[in-house]
Amino acid sequence: MLKYICKRLLQAIPVLWVIITITYLMVRMAPGDPFTDEKQTSPQARASLEAYYGLNDPLPTQYYRYLVNVLKGDLGPSYKNTAYTVNELIGQSFPVSLTLGLISFAIALILGVAAGAFAALRRNTFLDHATMSVTMMGICLPTFVLGPLLVLVFAHWLRWFNPSGWYDPSDWILPSLPLGLYYAAYIARLTRASMLEVLSQNFIQTARAKGLSEWVVTVKHALRLSLLPIVSFAGPAFAGIISGSFVIETIFNIPGLGKFFVEAAFNRDYTLVQGTVLFYGTLIVVFNLFVDVIQAMLNPKIRYS
Amino acid sequence: MSERYGENKEQVSSLWRDARERLFAHKLAIFGGCFFFLMILFCALGPFIFTKYSYQEINLSYGAQGPSADHWLGTDEKGRDIFIRILYGGRISIGIGLAATSVALLIGVLYGAIAGFVGGAVDSVMMRLVEIMYSIPFTIFVILLMTLFQRNIYLLFIAVGCVEWLTMARIVRGQILAIRHQAFVEAAECMGAGNSRIIFSHLIPNVLGPIIVYATLTVPSVMLLESFISFLGLGVQPPMSSWGLLIRDGATKMSIYPWLLIFPASLFSLTLFSLNFLGDGLRDALDPKG
Repeated sequence: MLKYICKRLLQAIPVLWVIITITYLMVRMAPGDPFTDEKQTSPQARASLEAYYGLNDPLPTQYYRYLVNVLKGDLGPSYKNTAYTVNELIGQSFPVSLTLGLISFAIALILGVAAGAFAALRRNTFLDHATMSVTMMGICLPTFVLGPLLVLVFAHWLRWFNPSGWYDPSDWILPSLPLGLYYAAYIARLTRASMLEVLSQNFIQTARAKGLSEWVVTVKHALRLSLLPIVSFAGPAFAGIISGSFVIETIFNIPGLGKFFVEAAFNRDYTLVQGTVLFYGTLIVVFNLFVDVIQAMLNPKIRYS
Repeated sequence: MSERYGENKEQVSSLWRDARERLFAHKLAIFGGCFFFLMILFCALGPFIFTKYSYQEINLSYGAQGPSADHWLGTDEKGRDIFIRILYGGRISIGIGLAATSVALLIGVLYGAIAGFVGGAVDSVMMRLVEIMYSIPFTIFVILLMTLFQRNIYLLFIAVGCVEWLTMARIVRGQILAIRHQAFVEAAECMGAGNSRIIFSHLIPNVLGPIIVYATLTVPSVMLLESFISFLGLGVQPPMSSWGLLIRDGATKMSIYPWLLIFPASLFSLTLFSLNFLGDGLRDALDPKG
């Protein structure tokens, strides 16, 4: 097991390096620079800024310096929010995004697994078809459609929630719903399919023959095994919730990292963009590693292949 | 093809005929297919038929009116007709969906077929590369690409196509690998067929089913990505319209002009709905095991 984890950790290094390098090159090749904005910067001020940030050195030198700093854990100063470093900006805004992401993830998992198992146990009945139609609708209502619609109904018409902002826990519900429900729909469909497959296997019949109660058979025997594909879907779902948070944080005006990232890209805040992409990249890579390890623990076939 | 083998045509069944029957039995899939086809026709021809308003003509005195006999789906704040803007938006959204899917199809099928056919070290290097690319958060890169460079729709669909080919390559490679060592491939080799002939006229036609199914499901996911980017304001730029852009406009003004959100959002969702049902039906029809 330890060997497997080490192997996967080593594989993560080239991925992170590719992410750093692509971002670096893309940001540098793009037209425009961080010091061009509405108020004209004088040539002297611009020159001194460029000298201060070392932007006049040859590109390979700058790239090398950046890599060394990243290895030390220093993502550099922000070019636009000059009072802060990139590390500070990420540290301030990420907890907000994390809260949003975790609530959405919990909604997706709990609702998705429950609905999927429910539909599978009532296979081909009206309730099964109804549940599956609702999940299909969920898949076709992406976050940027469902989000505004929920605001329209629950904030503007019914006035149950605030339409935007992030002040107290009641503000957490409306933004997490569109993100969570979308993935709940996927998870429900996955759970149903895999549960049906598991229920048709021999060991379920054996369990029933032993006289175990229906609850023990379905929950302890069938459901546990049907969760395997859900674990492997957790990786893509996590990455999806991150990119969904860009939209949600924009719609609900939430001061999270996603909103910062979109703004930084608009403002060509080089270091903030690079830092955020690297941060998200690391997060996704680490999470995928975590998912793979759980999968290897659950299924020995993966470990030894 | 199959007609040649027997006098009694009714008894001859081929893969495609079976598939067609299974597909026609799937009512929702047929409905989805018809809806999508009509939607394409509607968006492609609509602007030639309904020429009363243009998608960009601003008429402030007609600003933000609800649906009426004149403006069927109402107007936006600048007095532009929503119905026409939805038609033009559909052209862009569906167009990008189809174009980027073709890009993904071309790269993915070729890449997967070569990896599966050649096998060995080449295959493991090629698949390793796909795996590395899989773990890169591509949506973030598409956003980056669109913000840093000019917001140009050709760049958008190339970027989207480049993301979507990975899964296609994996599926095709798996399928090719499964049939690579069957007798008919050996027979073709014995008859002196070259590698490219084996790949293009023997292997790919045999894995066409899963390719069609996955391509159908790629179209809605591309449209989703395009609208997502346009929603963030990074894709298609006004006065041009796209469904993502219309939903963005609607979302900012929904408290006072709800129709600006409701019409584009429901049309967009219905189109995704129809494509997903069509893909589901095709999967049952062409790939019963999958």
